[in-house]
Amino acid sequence: MSAGPNAAGVKTLPDLLSRNAKMMSDKVAYREKEFGIWQTWTWADAQKEVEAFAKGLLTIGANSGDLIAVAGRNRPALYWAMIAVQKIGAIPVPLYQDAAAEEIAYALKNCDARFAVVGDQEQVDKIADVRDQLPNLKHVIYLDGRGLRKYDHSDLSSFADVQAAGEKAGNDAELVERQAALTYDSTCVMLYTSGTTSRPKGVVLSNRNVIETAKNSCAFDDLNANEEILAYLPMAWVGDFIFSMGQALWTGFCVNCPESAETMQADMREIGPTYFFAPPQVFERQLTQVMIRMEDAGKFKHRMFHRFMDVAKRVGPKLLDGEPVGFADKIAYTLGKYMVYAPLKDTLGLGRVRVGYTAGEAIGPELFQFYRSLGINLKQLYGQTEATVFITQQPNGEVRADTVGVASPEVELKISDSGEVFYRSPGVFVEYFKNPESTADTKDPEGWVATGDAGFIEEKSGHLRIIDRVKDVGKMSDGSMFAPKYVENKLKFFPDILEAVVFGAGRDRCCAFLNIDLTAVGNWAERNNIAYSSYQELSQNKQVLDIVAGHVAQVNASIAQDEMLSNCQVHRFLVLHKELDADDGEMTRTRKVRRGVIAEKFEDLVEALYGGANEIYTETEVTYEDGRKGKIAATLDIRDAELSPPVSAKVAAE
Amino acid sequence: MNDRQTGYVTEDGRQIGDVMLDLRDITLRFGGVEAIKNISFDIREGEIRAIIGPNGAGKSSMLNVISGFYVPQDGSVWFHGKKRAPLKPYQVARQGIARTFQNIALFEGMTVLDNIMTGRLNYTKSGMIAQAIWKGKAEREETENREKVERVIDFLEIQAIRKTPVGRLPYGLKKRVELARALAAEPKLLLLDEPMAGMNVEEKEDMSRFILDVNDEFGTTIALIEHDMGVVMDLSDRVVVMDYGKKIGDGTPDEVRNNQAVIDAYLGVAHDE
Repeated sequence: MSAGPNAAGVKTLPDLLSRNAKMMSDKVAYREKEFGIWQTWTWADAQKEVEAFAKGLLTIGANSGDLIAVAGRNRPALYWAMIAVQKIGAIPVPLYQDAAAEEIAYALKNCDARFAVVGDQEQVDKIADVRDQLPNLKHVIYLDGRGLRKYDHSDLSSFADVQAAGEKAGNDAELVERQAALTYDSTCVMLYTSGTTSRPKGVVLSNRNVIETAKNSCAFDDLNANEEILAYLPMAWVGDFIFSMGQALWTGFCVNCPESAETMQADMREIGPTYFFAPPQVFERQLTQVMIRMEDAGKFKHRMFHRFMDVAKRVGPKLLDGEPVGFADKIAYTLGKYMVYAPLKDTLGLGRVRVGYTAGEAIGPELFQFYRSLGINLKQLYGQTEATVFITQQPNGEVRADTVGVASPEVELKISDSGEVFYRSPGVFVEYFKNPESTADTKDPEGWVATGDAGFIEEKSGHLRIIDRVKDVGKMSDGSMFAPKYVENKLKFFPDILEAVVFGAGRDRCCAFLNIDLTAVGNWAERNNIAYSSYQELSQNKQVLDIVAGHVAQVNASIAQDEMLSNCQVHRFLVLHKELDADDGEMTRTRKVRRGVIAEKFEDLVEALYGGANEIYTETEVTYEDGRKGKIAATLDIRDAELSPPVSAKVAAE
Repeated sequence: MNDRQTGYVTEDGRQIGDVMLDLRDITLRFGGVEAIKNISFDIREGEIRAIIGPNGAGKSSMLNVISGFYVPQDGSVWFHGKKRAPLKPYQVARQGIARTFQNIALFEGMTVLDNIMTGRLNYTKSGMIAQAIWKGKAEREETENREKVERVIDFLEIQAIRKTPVGRLPYGLKKRVELARALAAEPKLLLLDEPMAGMNVEEKEDMSRFILDVNDEFGTTIALIEHDMGVVMDLSDRVVVMDYGKKIGDGTPDEVRNNQAVIDAYLGVAHDE
C-alpha cells in the first residue's frame, strides 16, 4: 500500500490507534450524528478518549484478562470502550443490543463478565433484571444517563464519570505497562455466534486473527484512509467488528454512526459511504421502498424509470465487469445515468459506494442485478465468525449472483467427501470459550475448520457455490435430495414474501410456511382498496393468498428445471398468522430461521399441511419486546400449490 | 405522609417542594351552566398532579383556568404565592406555563422541527426585520433555539421525523410532537390535556415513560388530565377527582382509589336500596 500504515511494532488494536493518533492525528476518525449535527473526532481525539476511559477502568479495578461486556447501538464511545478494554489487557465481549434479558444473562454468566459498558437505560434495566444471577458483575457503565438519575449509583457510573475518575487518578505508568504486555497472540475480542441450532458459543479471536484479516481484506479491495463507512450493523456481529474496528484502525478510515436506527437511511444519504456492507434484507427493503415509491409516482416518471432500468439491466453489469458494450447502449446508459441512476443512487445513499458487500444469506439474483445495473459495485462474500469473517469473496469483475467468489487472500479451501466446505487461514479463531469439545469438533489439529455448509467449487471459474447447511440437506422419503434453503431463497426473492420455511426431510413431498412482507403487500392492499387492521388479517386475505400461490407456482416451475432438486417443489403452503421473530426464538438475532424450533412450535400446522385439511385453527404464544407474553389465535387457510412437471434428463445449460 | 405546608417526599423518594399554583374557590360559569363549582386545590413544585373525572366533569375547563384561557367568575389563582390577575395567553406562557391540547393543535403543513421551533417564540427577542436579514443577533438566537429544540427532539426520540410535515404523521407521533413543542418552551409547569387519548397500549407506555422522564430530568411540574385510570394511578403523585364540576376527592392515588365518593362516581350508585 502506498501511503498505507506500517505494521512494524504493531501487535494490537490499541497499538494501531496509537499509530493513527501519531501518523494522522488530524484525520477524522469517528462521526456521530447527535442533536441534528455530525459531531466529529479525529484520531488524536479518539486516542485521548480511549486513554481516559482505560485509566478509568483501572481506577474501578479492572484486571487484565477480565471479560468486559459491551452492549448498545453503534456509537463511537462504545468503540472506544472496546479499545480501552483491550488497552488494559482485558477482553471486550460485544453483545446484541436487542437481546432479551435472559440471553444477556446467559452471555454474561458464560463469560463471567466483571464489568459491562452499555448504551442506555434499556440495557441497564435488562442487566438489573438478571443481576441476582450475576454475582461477579461488579460495575455497570452507561453512556446515556437519561432516566437513570434515580438509580442506585453505588455500582453504576456514567462513561464520562469513569473517564474523569481515570484522568484524576493518573495511572499512566500502569496503562503503558498493561498495553506493552500484550502480544500478537493475546485475545483481541470474544464474539458470540448467533447460534442457529444451539446456545451461542463465544468465539475467541486473537489480535493476529483480526489484524491479519484486516490487512488482507483491505488489500483485496484496495481500501484506504479515505473510505467512509456507516456503522449500523450490530456491534456484536463479527462483520461490524472487522469493518468498524479492524479495518478502520488498520487503514485509518472514518467510522460514521447514525443518530438512531430509524434515521439510518437519511444519515447514510448525508454521509455517502464509499465502502458499504449490508445483509440482503437491507438491500431488499431499500428496493421494496423504491418500487413502492415508483408505483406512486407520476406516469412520466414511472415510464422513464422503467425504460431506463431496462437499459441498465442489459448494460450496467457488463460495464461494471469491463465487458464490451455497443455504442448505442453506451449512450442510452449515460443518459440514464443522469436521468435515473445517479439520482436514485443518491437517494439510496449509495452514490459514492466504491465497494459494496452483501453476505449472511443468499441474495436474489434480481435484487443483486438491480444494484449492479445501477453501477454499484456490489459483491458477495462468504464468511463466518470463526474465520474472522472472510472465507471467500468476489474479486472486481468476477461477480455473479450464484457464487460467493474465490478464496480470500491467504485462505485455503477444501471440500470433504460429504460435500462440506473446510477452510484454513490466519483468521481462523483461537477457540470456543470454555468449550474444548466444540473447538475440537470444529477445528482439526491442522487448523482446518468445518463450515457446516455444503458446497462445491465450480471447475470453470474456481468460484465457490454454497448449496445449503450440511445438516439441512436431507433426503426425502423416496431418497431424493432435499435442500430447503435453496427453495426458501427462491421463495424469498419475491418482494411479497418475507420469510419461508420449507419442510420435507423424510417426507414424500415438500410443504412450506410463509411470511408475507407487510410493507410490500400492505402497499398493494392500499392501492387496491383492501382494508386490513393487522398483519394477521392481511396474511389470510383471499386475494393475498392468490398472489402468493402464484409466486409458489413460479418457484415450482423454476425448481422443476433442476434435475437434482425437482422433487423439492412445494405441494402445499400456508401463510403464518404472525411474523417469525427472534424474540420468540423462531429466528436468530441475525434473522436466520430456526427450522427445528419452528417445526416444534407449529407442530399442529405442519401436521395439517401434510394431513390434507383446508384450514386449521391454532393458538400461538408470542413474546412482546419487553418480555411479556401473550397469545394469538387464528384460523389459517391451507392452499395446494400448482406443480410443474420435472424436466427430464436435461442438464441446465447455464 | 405529606405535610401540606412544606412539601413532602414521594414513595419513590422525590422531594416535592412548595405550593406553585394555588387555586382557591374557583367557580366558572358559561351562562347558566356552572362548569366548575367552588373548587380549591394546589399544585406543588416537582409534582405530577392528575385531574380525573368522568366525561363533562369540568376537567378541561379547569385546565383552561390554570392556563389563563378562562377567567373564573369567582375565586382566585395564586401563582408562586402571588394572586394572579387575568392574563393574556402569551403572558401565561411567559410565566413558564406550557400546554398540550386534547385535540392536537399543530401546524399540519409545517415540519416537525418548525412546529417545535414555534415553542421557542418566547425566547426570540430579535425583531422581524432582523429575522428576515438573519444576521447577528437573529442568527445567534436561532442557533441557540435550534440547539434547545434538538435536545428535546433527542429526548423524545423523534429524530427520524424531524423533517416530516406533521400532517403526514400518525396520531401517536403527533401527540409526541405536541409535547415536544410544549417542552421547547422550557416550562416550569406543563399542562397535558389527555396526553394518552386514543393511543394503543405501547404508545401509552412510551408516553408515560416520557412524562416521568420530563419530570425527572428537568424537574418540570406536570398537571395532567387523563381518562385511563391505570395510567393516572401509576404516574401521578396526587390526584384531584371531579364530577359534575365539583371536587369529590383529592389525595394520593391510594387514597383516591379507596374514596367512596370516587368509586360511586366511576362505578355508579344503586339508588333504590
